[in-house]
Amino acid sequence: MANNELYRVCPSTGLQYHKSAELLIKANAVAGVVILLVGGVLALLVTLTRWPAVHLLPADGFYQALTAHGLDMLIFWIIFFEIAILYFTSSTLLRCRLATPRIAWLAFALMIIGVATTNIAILGGDSSVMMTSYVPMPANPKFYLGLILFAVGALLGCFIFLGTLVIAKAERTYEGSIPLVTFGALTACIIAIFTIASGAIILIPTFLWSIGYINHIDPLMYRVIWWAMGHSSQQINVAAHVSVWYMIAAIVFGAKPMSERVSRGAFLLYILFLQLASAHHILVDPGVSSEWKIFNTSYAMYLAVLASMVHGLTVPGAIEIAQREKGFNKGLFEWIRKAPWGNPVFSGMFMSLIGFGFLGGISGVVMGTEQINIIIHNTIYVPGHFHATVVLGTTLAFMAVTYFLIPTLFKRELIWKGLAKWQPYLFGGGMAVFTLTMMGAGTLGVERRHWDMAFTGSALGYEYPGSAYLMMGLVGISGMVAITGGALYILLTVGSILFGKRIEVPGYSTTQTQLKMPVASAIEGHGNIGVAGFSAPGTLIFAFMFLAIFVVYYFINWKYLASVWPMS
Amino acid sequence: MSAIHPPAQRIWWNQPIDRVEGTWIAIALIWCLILFAMMPYWHVYGKQNLSNEAYRTTPEAYAAKAEAMVAKYTVRTHEQSGLPVVHPPAGSDVYLIARLWQWYPLLEFEEGKSYRLHLSSMDYQHGFSLQPLNINLEVLPGYESVVTLTPDSSGEFTIVCNEYCGIGHHTMLGKIFVVKSGADHGK
Repeated sequence: MANNELYRVCPSTGLQYHKSAELLIKANAVAGVVILLVGGVLALLVTLTRWPAVHLLPADGFYQALTAHGLDMLIFWIIFFEIAILYFTSSTLLRCRLATPRIAWLAFALMIIGVATTNIAILGGDSSVMMTSYVPMPANPKFYLGLILFAVGALLGCFIFLGTLVIAKAERTYEGSIPLVTFGALTACIIAIFTIASGAIILIPTFLWSIGYINHIDPLMYRVIWWAMGHSSQQINVAAHVSVWYMIAAIVFGAKPMSERVSRGAFLLYILFLQLASAHHILVDPGVSSEWKIFNTSYAMYLAVLASMVHGLTVPGAIEIAQREKGFNKGLFEWIRKAPWGNPVFSGMFMSLIGFGFLGGISGVVMGTEQINIIIHNTIYVPGHFHATVVLGTTLAFMAVTYFLIPTLFKRELIWKGLAKWQPYLFGGGMAVFTLTMMGAGTLGVERRHWDMAFTGSALGYEYPGSAYLMMGLVGISGMVAITGGALYILLTVGSILFGKRIEVPGYSTTQTQLKMPVASAIEGHGNIGVAGFSAPGTLIFAFMFLAIFVVYYFINWKYLASVWPMS
Repeated sequence: MSAIHPPAQRIWWNQPIDRVEGTWIAIALIWCLILFAMMPYWHVYGKQNLSNEAYRTTPEAYAAKAEAMVAKYTVRTHEQSGLPVVHPPAGSDVYLIARLWQWYPLLEFEEGKSYRLHLSSMDYQHGFSLQPLNINLEVLPGYESVVTLTPDSSGEFTIVCNEYCGIGHHTMLGKIFVVKSGADHGK
């Protein structure tokens, strides 16, 4: 199986890196972290402005910073890191050469140019239109152009991932089926292609409108199609960070999926029941019928929610089984008490799982219910929800996996290991309080994307209750804690890559080894572990606790809805 | 062997489902069906639903209807803002304009009576957020939507704009005054 490509094997993990792929994974991950730094500084400015006691920026600066923060974090940082994950899960995990590295560099360049173009447009001050850039509020044409260039680059990255899968199959670099983590990444890639296509369908005409070639973009049509990109891109994140959860469970515990059929089936549900996901965002819009809204938020069965509930069980379940097989088999919860809580790879991943499920997941389903959306739409509850999914879920999972990648991919030892232990708790803990208090403020009616909750300068005036100010103060304080955690992550990663102790590893060669299928005996049940015939009883108890909170909170919201003015 | 290795069986679909997983999937699926069923249920038995009544319009056509209503039913001028306060008859069509950065006109309703509230924007997208109740509706230019509101509490309610609409977004407020039925509104 020799060809002229160069490979190296990481001695501690056994992973095989293709030289061209290795460079590209590093470049995309580093670009992501640099953008995370920019987005983090903007987060600081935005949070300090929404903290009523500080109210830092003037209105124009606030809206400018908020526009850039949204795009840099939600789109640019995450997608750069996801491209790195796509290359890692294809080339590295399948022990295969990366397809067309040159085109991958072209993709990288397009994405960088896109990020720069859009950020320059926002910096110019004439594109403070928020991430969503709802028409007919105009932005500078460069704003849309940058997004389009970035999307083209990301699309190329998706095709390179698919091409690498084809090569791996053709060159027989692995036996049997692709690993679960690669399967999850494939799910993310397929959703990404749909997402980028939706983005092209709406952003290209909007760009042409901004330079005067089209005279009207219908605002409702814009919202429906824009959100087919905006919401689906969050489904990419879910598929990607769930893959990272499985990967970390495998790396830290040697955990194998409870059953491949269930975990892979759940990934398939993400693709099949992705929904016309935009429906969640136009539940109180005119011109769309209730039938359309109800069907497209649920497809009558909420099977994408089911998929996340399944992953939320199977990931800790797989960890529980692996721990019990290692001897931590006492009672219901010894496996979790004896987990490596001082290892940031594990603690970050586990907080991501809990935060995503309990805070992001439950709030998302509640506010995505047609009628309940009336009491939540466009309040600060909404960013509360998506900071729980995308920051506590996706970003924290990516941070956790970074601590694994620094030694194996960057060949550096982590600096400040004692501090690294605390980073996930600082970031995750701060973020958890931040999202909860944002949701609390939203329930009290505080609006999102709003410079001044005191309405200074308005001819009419309105005073929010004191509790709303208290909540926003807590948002400010917990936001500072989370930002400190984020800054620590950047210090740790950049510091380690630049100044960490070099790890000596064997050099590159043209030898390539095949990824073998495990021996069949590995699937013979879970042995003599567990309680009362259940292999992962502790996880099942956690799952029931989750469901109990979900049910109670869901019906509390119906009760709250029932208390407002009747409308029909 | 693990999630980063190929599955032990080439045809992974044949691998048996774990008992913990099977239990959870069954329960979760039932919950998902309840989540779905609540939405149609509320349309039949709940009191807070949005109508699907909406029309295409233009800013000019909509503003004309609103101005006609203002001319007919204005009962006083609001001192602080100088804006007209309109007291339309119960059951009538009420036209509220959203524009940079104002909700026009101010409205006065009677408690317990129903009003067909129309909403449309003259320019950008706006958000109707009635505080402190926290009723939130999207308002788009070119679309006129109708929702029948029945205030069941009295007092002063504020409409906050909650869709970002530019530099003056935070100053865009409106009012709905709800008075006891039959009260002397002419004062």
